[in-house]
Amino acid sequence: MKSEIQLTFEECKRKNRPALLTYTVASDPNKKKSLQIITSIAKYADIIELGFPHSTPVGDGGQIQTSSNRAIKNGFKMRDAFQIVNKFKKIYKNKPVILMGYYNMIYQYGENNFLKNCKKVGVSGVICVDLPWPENQKFAKKCKKKSISFIQLLAPTTTKDRIKKIIKDSHDMVYYISMLSTTGGKLKLSPKRILDNYKKIKRINPKKNLVIGFGITDKTIKSLKTADGLVVGSMLCKTISNSLRMGQNPVTKLDKVVYYLRNKIL
Amino acid sequence: MSLKIRKGIPLIDQHDKNGMWGGKFGGNFVPETLKKPIEDLEKLFSKLRKDKSFIKERDYYFENYVGAPTPLIKLDNLTDHLGGAQLWAKVVSENPGTAHKVYACIVHCLIAKRAGKRYVCTDTGAGMQGKNLAMVAKKFGLKCKIFMGIRDIKRQQKNVIVMKKYGAEVIPVSSGSQTLVDAVSECMRYWVANCENVHMVIGSTVGPTIFVKISGYSTSQISRELKVQLKEEFGKIPKKLKLLNCVGGGSSAYGFWSEFIDYDKKQVELIGVEAGGSKNSKLHAAPLSNNSKLGILHGAKAYCIQDSDGQIGETESLSSGLDYPSVSPLHCFLKDTGRAKYTSATDEEALNAYKLVSKLENISPSLEPSHAFATAISLAPKLSKDTVLCIDSCGHSLKDSEIIKEKLGFYTE
Repeated sequence: MKSEIQLTFEECKRKNRPALLTYTVASDPNKKKSLQIITSIAKYADIIELGFPHSTPVGDGGQIQTSSNRAIKNGFKMRDAFQIVNKFKKIYKNKPVILMGYYNMIYQYGENNFLKNCKKVGVSGVICVDLPWPENQKFAKKCKKKSISFIQLLAPTTTKDRIKKIIKDSHDMVYYISMLSTTGGKLKLSPKRILDNYKKIKRINPKKNLVIGFGITDKTIKSLKTADGLVVGSMLCKTISNSLRMGQNPVTKLDKVVYYLRNKIL
Repeated sequence: MSLKIRKGIPLIDQHDKNGMWGGKFGGNFVPETLKKPIEDLEKLFSKLRKDKSFIKERDYYFENYVGAPTPLIKLDNLTDHLGGAQLWAKVVSENPGTAHKVYACIVHCLIAKRAGKRYVCTDTGAGMQGKNLAMVAKKFGLKCKIFMGIRDIKRQQKNVIVMKKYGAEVIPVSSGSQTLVDAVSECMRYWVANCENVHMVIGSTVGPTIFVKISGYSTSQISRELKVQLKEEFGKIPKKLKLLNCVGGGSSAYGFWSEFIDYDKKQVELIGVEAGGSKNSKLHAAPLSNNSKLGILHGAKAYCIQDSDGQIGETESLSSGLDYPSVSPLHCFLKDTGRAKYTSATDEEALNAYKLVSKLENISPSLEPSHAFATAISLAPKLSKDTVLCIDSCGHSLKDSEIIKEKLGFYTE
């Protein structure tokens, strides 16, 4: 049986556009609002990435750090992420949700317990920023057993040999980091260069769904629209921070931003 | 893999193919971007360790720049005052960088040169690491960036001034607790974004395995010297020897002990002293002596102060250099194998130890080694006269003069 993630990519391909993946942090700015945010933006987003915030996120830039800190300060607990997904999936039954975070949180929760809960609430995939290949092989197998996609990352520094091995061990989707940066950095390479690298990876296994993330904003998204999927995260976290500062409702602000992003890639 | 130390092999090399000690501690839990730079560094380091010209160069700088060996002195007045065991200090702080950090900074800069990198970056807590890397980088013509928590910048101003004097750029880190843990995170982020041109230096035996190894490889110089010096003083390694060292990340303790790990623990006891924080506070920076759970921080699995969810916990210590929620995988391994014992001293005990030692002796340990002195002071009276208590005085107090003045009302260098 095809997974929700696979079906989503196939549908986007039929419509001749990339999948739009959004990343927001669970419980940012609080539990209720973060559920409202993903419920609202899911009208335009194809796949929802939900971060479980960690206090020491070594791969993240300022925007996601701020969102993560806000969520933790507002009392985020791991169970909140599951409850948010649970409620979301009651509204959007077939919309894939990917949980994303750092390994210590999964480790403390217990790998098996974590996956049991993922399955229960309908999580489709997991991204673990600091669990690279081959360290991730054991956990990836556990994910597969539960029919949950373990989504691996590729970076501009990943060697060709390594890319092959990672892709061989990958599930429904692979995430290509556009440039040498933490999340939310300014795009250092031209979109053409990024797409050239992207195509090289695609050639290894054209069937594998490959998304591009890091540094993607309303200004750059259009130029990358030939990819299978595009992830926007920091820009959304920044929008939440800005709207809170201005006393605006982050839910309506994000709704507008994601609508705008979606129109850019149609 | 069993939790057993093998003899005749440096502890830094006793990890498995995943970079883990005892299959349990260490590893490379890093973002994908860093896998390649780490692998490159592993290859280069293992090549350089066998390269005679590299070792010759390292030894040249250890001798002519650090001034090896640093003195081993008997603390006669303190010994008389306490009655009991003999107290000795290895005054590692007697070097141009006034701390043990100088060793790893030299080795890292030599590696950076050979890797063709023109930039180095590091984290710093007390500022000793920052000061040393700034100093050594200047000597080697490398550009240097230092990441330091805003809270530490305030409490260790003296070292910040020195870093800038050596031409380093000090980047204030305002995230989280604004101390060492955040400085390390920010430094790693900077490396993620700039790994092609920058060589990252981690200030202790923490982080991904290769950084634990390079740091430990470098500070091992301390125990190589100590072994020779003890033999000169006593004719052999004393029958009852206790080596006391403060433990934050644990690079000075590993360096102080590495040559002695193979000795029977009845002969050479290794005692690590962590930062217990203020006596009136529940917070501390002592994961080993408080039985903190295993966790993953900055790329390595080790005992770590954290909550049940895995959020890294708040720490507290008057000594910025020990104020870190986790600890070296090497020390986790030494603890679980029973080879070393770990205890903690409070801020107040460390201050009192500083007061007594600097009053009676001609040395002036910083707040970090003052923790080890505090434990030595409480142990010495209960021990026989033929017991040798040797303390690594790994940092000089000058950087702490403001804190000491505030707490004790005076400061003597």
